[in-house]
Amino acid sequence: MALPTYATPIQRTYYYAYLFFCAVVFFFLVAPLIAIVPISFSESPFMVFTEGMLAWPPDPEAWSLRWYRNMIGDCSAEVVSSTVPCSTKWMRGTVNSFYIGIIATFIATVLGTMAALGLSRPHMPYKALIMSILISPMIVPLIITAAGMFFFYARINLVYTFTGVILAHVALATPFVVITVTATLVGFDMNMVKAAQSLGAKPMRTFFKVIMPLILPGIISGALFAFITSFDEVVIVMFMASIDQLTIPKQMWAGIRQEISPVILCMATCLVILSIVLLTTVELLRRRAERLRGIKAR
Amino acid sequence: MLLRSVDDSQINTVFPNTFEEYKKWDKEKDELPPEEVYKALFQELAYGEKVQVGRALTRMNYSKSGWKSLIKKTSRAIKKVVKKDEFPDSYKEFFIETNEKWADPTYWYAMGQMVNNQTSIYYWNAIDRTFDQELNVVQQEEDRRVYVQTWLKTLKVSIYVTLFCLILGFPVAHLLANLPLRYSNLLMIFVLLPFWTSLLVRTTAWIVMLQQKGVINGVLVWLGILSDDGRIAMVYNETGTLIAMTQILLPFMILPLYSVMRVIPKSHMRAAQNLGAKPVMAFWRVYLPQTIPGMSAGGLLVFVLAIGYFITPELVGGKDGKLIGSWIAYHLKTTLNWGLTAALGAILLGFMLIFYWLYNKIVGIDNIKLG
Repeated sequence: MALPTYATPIQRTYYYAYLFFCAVVFFFLVAPLIAIVPISFSESPFMVFTEGMLAWPPDPEAWSLRWYRNMIGDCSAEVVSSTVPCSTKWMRGTVNSFYIGIIATFIATVLGTMAALGLSRPHMPYKALIMSILISPMIVPLIITAAGMFFFYARINLVYTFTGVILAHVALATPFVVITVTATLVGFDMNMVKAAQSLGAKPMRTFFKVIMPLILPGIISGALFAFITSFDEVVIVMFMASIDQLTIPKQMWAGIRQEISPVILCMATCLVILSIVLLTTVELLRRRAERLRGIKAR
Repeated sequence: MLLRSVDDSQINTVFPNTFEEYKKWDKEKDELPPEEVYKALFQELAYGEKVQVGRALTRMNYSKSGWKSLIKKTSRAIKKVVKKDEFPDSYKEFFIETNEKWADPTYWYAMGQMVNNQTSIYYWNAIDRTFDQELNVVQQEEDRRVYVQTWLKTLKVSIYVTLFCLILGFPVAHLLANLPLRYSNLLMIFVLLPFWTSLLVRTTAWIVMLQQKGVINGVLVWLGILSDDGRIAMVYNETGTLIAMTQILLPFMILPLYSVMRVIPKSHMRAAQNLGAKPVMAFWRVYLPQTIPGMSAGGLLVFVLAIGYFITPELVGGKDGKLIGSWIAYHLKTTLNWGLTAALGAILLGFMLIFYWLYNKIVGIDNIKLG
């Protein structure tokens, strides 16, 4: 994409303007995420860069870990501030988030993989219809899904229970698994299934010994998508969860609305790190899958 | 949910006899309903279950405010009479004696909205209409009209966000598609990282960036562009919603565009220029038409997501940034007016299905890709 040597000055100007514009957009995408990291290490109880933090040489007084200690529920004297409440809510939220997320991911992955396998068969009837129904929770606004689920779950007494929240998250997360696994199955050679069966393997054995090892990258990245969907979900939790099912997003939501404190930013920083880890994993898996499929990098 | 939006049976289980008698009332002949209606209402209020009656009253208040307090007062009077075992001779006179509002036919007309098991009132309410005495549909009173305005605002914000995403996303997708894979994979992280980060984290980050003492205002003051007390209010209004939503939805525009642009052969542009087209012309006539599938896919995706957005506008939008999603949540959680919630949701869902169908026509639903 480099500029040819014969480019006119006008073309050069355009080209650099274009590069500059792209740089600005990239900055726009990432800057907010980077900005919150230093503020989470601030001493001040407000979400701002204090003068001490910007001073040169750096003023060690302005930086502290007190909000991180607050987050993990350490309410000792030097941590507590008059404007920021200190409680174990953040830690409880973390435990609940992982608990709900992991169970929902497991169920969604199993269901989604089975659905994708079925939908990838060449002679599946009503394929398009089933696919659109399966994917609909991704497209329909969450608020509608949440309202509908609330009415439905209220009738069968699942509102304000862990089971209800987990089931709702399964419904939201399954489409992601279906999509990623279907994408992996595109490059899958169905003759291998026939080969396995002709050698006497039962369907279950065929799946676990032949199909699963080959589509594992797809399943794992689907599971990661499912996990992040459940982990990040706040609308459903807001309606369907009571105080017992407090999760990180719900606590963040409450935090932003009531007590704007740097503790939120500490949790946000942790979540950014988590998403970097997940992103890297998915990216590596995707490259591995492409290498296996023999698609060469251009 | 769809059933809930037209359901009106709850109140009918509380006042079955009253409504039965009410239907016999000839509005042409008598100004007020006949004695039997009053009698039935008296009995149903005297012996009705308290919780059930309470719920029914909330419903009655939707059709005309004032019902709730009127019935509550009357019901207290009735209970007193029943306790003393002094049943009145004329129920009609008893009611009017307790409260002269019972002689006001508008209340009785309002009851006419509720005598059937199904109602369309919630749908009309969702677009700022209500029923008048003869059950005709009329505009809501001036100060109670909020929904049409909100629908329009939701539409406006969604269109703006889609346009901004297109303007910002197009060059970036183009760059990513044309760079060697080594670099573009690296730059792709900038797009995918926000995509993977929690929505709430990004919303919080924008509050930090945009608030009065926030990063952007700080930088502008430091650069001397703004004076210290001239800081711009960028958050808790529509500007904040627009900026934050654009950033949050931008990856959904870039990714489909990128996947379309990557397969457009570079030779097309060269061929066009070789044939004498100026770069702008070549871009407009040759390159742009080939990206239309990507643009429509990304545009529809962003638009559909934006129209149902709730979290970001609620947190960043402040008072005038409220979109329709906020109202749905408000009625579901706070006022417990579930009929209206369901009606608003159903209308939004209707919109969605149209766009969903369009999306399916243009790109095909199985072409959704992630990352």
